[in-house]
Amino acid sequence: MLLRNTKMSLKLLTRNGFRQSAARLPARRWSSSISQQPGSDSVRFPGAVNSKFTSEMAFLKASDLPAIPTYRVMDSDGHQVDKTRPAPDVTDAEVLTWYKNMLSVSVMDVVMFEAQRQGRLSFYMVSAGEEGITVGSAAALTPDDVVFAQYREAGVFQQRGFTLKNFMSQLFANSNDTGRGRNMPVHYGQNYPRMHTISSPLATQIPQAAGAAYALKLQDLQNPNRDPRIVACYFGEGAASEGDFHAALNIAATRSCPVVFICRNNGYAISTPTLEQYRGDGIASRGVGYGIDTIRVDGNDIFAVNEAMKEARRIALSEGGRPVLIEAMSYRVSHHSTSDDSFAYRARVEVEDWKRRDNPIIRLRKWLENQGLWSEEQEKETRDEMRKAVLKEFGEAEQESKPSLRDAFTDVYEEITEEQREQMTELKRILETYPDEYDLRPYKDGIKGLE
Amino acid sequence: MASSRNSLRSLARAPRRFYSGAPTPAAKLNLPIDYKTTPILHHTAASLSSTSEYPAGATSKRLNLYQAINSAMRTALSKSDRTIVFGEDVGFGGVFRCSMDLQTEFGSDRVFNTPLTEQGIAGFAIGAAAEGMKPIAEIQFADYVFPAFDQIVNEAAKFRYREGGTGINVGGLVIRMPCGAVGHGALYHSQSPESLFAHIPGLRVVMPRSPAQAKGLLLSSIFEHNDPVLFMEPKILYRAAVEYVPNEYYTIPLSKAEVIKPGKDLTIISYGQPLYLCSSAISAIEKTMPGVNVELIDLRTIYPWDRQTVINSVKKTGRAIVVHESMINYGVGAEVASTIQESAFLRLEAPVKRVAGWSTHTGLSYEQFILPDVARIYDAIKQTLEY
Repeated sequence: MLLRNTKMSLKLLTRNGFRQSAARLPARRWSSSISQQPGSDSVRFPGAVNSKFTSEMAFLKASDLPAIPTYRVMDSDGHQVDKTRPAPDVTDAEVLTWYKNMLSVSVMDVVMFEAQRQGRLSFYMVSAGEEGITVGSAAALTPDDVVFAQYREAGVFQQRGFTLKNFMSQLFANSNDTGRGRNMPVHYGQNYPRMHTISSPLATQIPQAAGAAYALKLQDLQNPNRDPRIVACYFGEGAASEGDFHAALNIAATRSCPVVFICRNNGYAISTPTLEQYRGDGIASRGVGYGIDTIRVDGNDIFAVNEAMKEARRIALSEGGRPVLIEAMSYRVSHHSTSDDSFAYRARVEVEDWKRRDNPIIRLRKWLENQGLWSEEQEKETRDEMRKAVLKEFGEAEQESKPSLRDAFTDVYEEITEEQREQMTELKRILETYPDEYDLRPYKDGIKGLE
Repeated sequence: MASSRNSLRSLARAPRRFYSGAPTPAAKLNLPIDYKTTPILHHTAASLSSTSEYPAGATSKRLNLYQAINSAMRTALSKSDRTIVFGEDVGFGGVFRCSMDLQTEFGSDRVFNTPLTEQGIAGFAIGAAAEGMKPIAEIQFADYVFPAFDQIVNEAAKFRYREGGTGINVGGLVIRMPCGAVGHGALYHSQSPESLFAHIPGLRVVMPRSPAQAKGLLLSSIFEHNDPVLFMEPKILYRAAVEYVPNEYYTIPLSKAEVIKPGKDLTIISYGQPLYLCSSAISAIEKTMPGVNVELIDLRTIYPWDRQTVINSVKKTGRAIVVHESMINYGVGAEVASTIQESAFLRLEAPVKRVAGWSTHTGLSYEQFILPDVARIYDAIKQTLEY
């Protein structure tokens, strides 16, 4: 009909056709489809409400907008920037715990990086420069909150009770590793306080965090006696280029999920600097685009991170649940991993400059010293103790047996399949037929593991 | 390193921790592959020039796999202004050094970093190819190709078919990715997803076994075919496999298998890194069972694959084993074995055997036990011969 009599049929379609067909639909009517009122000064299209009409054609230019400010509490000398505001709402004991947790991660990083260089483990990733973000944000969580992390969040694990023995068991993939010796080093995981086991693919955890937050929201609605929980989701600015990041923020916003997204913007995704990763005002500007409350904080300032996270947690649980985005700024002073030599793509002086100029640990140390809570002696003593503790757990974990060979096959399915069982029998036959070809001594239960 | 219980001193000397065991002192089969002597590689310029597929009288030099890929991309960038090279961290040379110095030589318009988005990289490459470019897109690890699955399966593979009479296609599109296990890559730095792509008509799936093969196959993928190619590079070979590689432009046909060792009693069909394991197992069996002669075929292109070379070989030998690293379930071995069964049933003296990864994930501590090794291939040959 359209083709034969376009003018007529269009008229029908607009004047009568649409309304008739709409009227035939059941009661479901689009709430935003109230048509434009004559003389209205603003848009009533379903996709944009409260937008004023304008006769001036002007493209929004990102570079004309002021950069989103960066929240800080403490300057790089460890002094409170705004003397008129109250001091950070934390006890001395808490701050000292934060400091020791940052220090512990940092001491472990130095030992394990060196151990990797010596060939004693295959891989390691330090989190130097990002301890303030991880420890400071984790300190604002309750044990019931759930964490989805990327791979540079050892500080979150440390702050939430992951012990040195836990770290070392995972790093050496031994029989005490909750990951059953299956994952590469630094892929930690813990059931409670819940921190899902790290997955190497980037950004996959971000939409999962939205779904998990939705689950917590529904469960907590169904059980009003329990304290409401949030999900904290960590990732880097490089991961924020993945489709999963965009999907996650959008679905979290539309489903009103109580999730706090924490982007660690450390300036580099392996070799790729932020200039080649994105244009626009960091990751924070994207939160606004998705209708998500957003803040940018100085990641070297643990007080700023902690205060922002506390407030973000409150917002996330308000109005029935809302996602929040925190962009925490830092600088990756380390190589990406032990597999990377970052001086192939950035100047050594740039790194040294950052190391010297600002660092979350040094900054908090200055603050503690300014408050009379810390001294050179305590620093030395604590570092020595930590190093000894790391080395002790290191030695024990390295000597511990590997898990049972059975665990090569378990957990793929809830139950081992009939096919897998046959494969295990076949593998056992091979191991028995060619005993000189395999060293089973490191494995718990040796060949019996396959029975 | 015999075991993790050994002295700390020997551990300190070890190149890396063996998460899944190490060769035992008494081992005769599961020894580390000696890439300096393996017959799979051309250790002399003379052996290279005696092979008909390589340009006669060409100059050559010793390159490892990543250098050969680099040489192929340099050749492609020089040969055609339409060639572009991109992916995550490609600008500084790539995490495996395959694109080293190319940005300096050809400029950042043609060799560049992308943001960290595999679906973006694949879609960008498809669009560029549809408008006449020859994009070589790098996915940093095959394990990370899955966000691009939609673009590859629904778009690249179906592009020509969907366009039909418009004639538009994505010829020249190559998506390169390092694949396979290295001994400590665990769940997400070990996978070989070739069978997932080989299931999709419209894609060519290629996996070279060596540096000289890689250069010829990659140039062929870029210039000789108008189909999208998934080019999978066994990353354990990047540094380990070194051989003479012709300096100039040459191509090796896609979808053409190669008999790399002739034999009369049994055919082994494989591709990529396991060919080295097959080669070791064959020399062991030919020593312990004198008179036995095993044929070894490199598929090279996994799909569309060279069925005739395989069928003809099995018709001759009457016995076949398929070897691949990836999981056995619904793997390449299933396709090859059933094709053999359909086409050479009356010539078969034994069931077609598959030696492949078990039906599980590549757990760090168990890699050695999950993936095929020389002992398992040796055992399969023995069983098939004695059937």
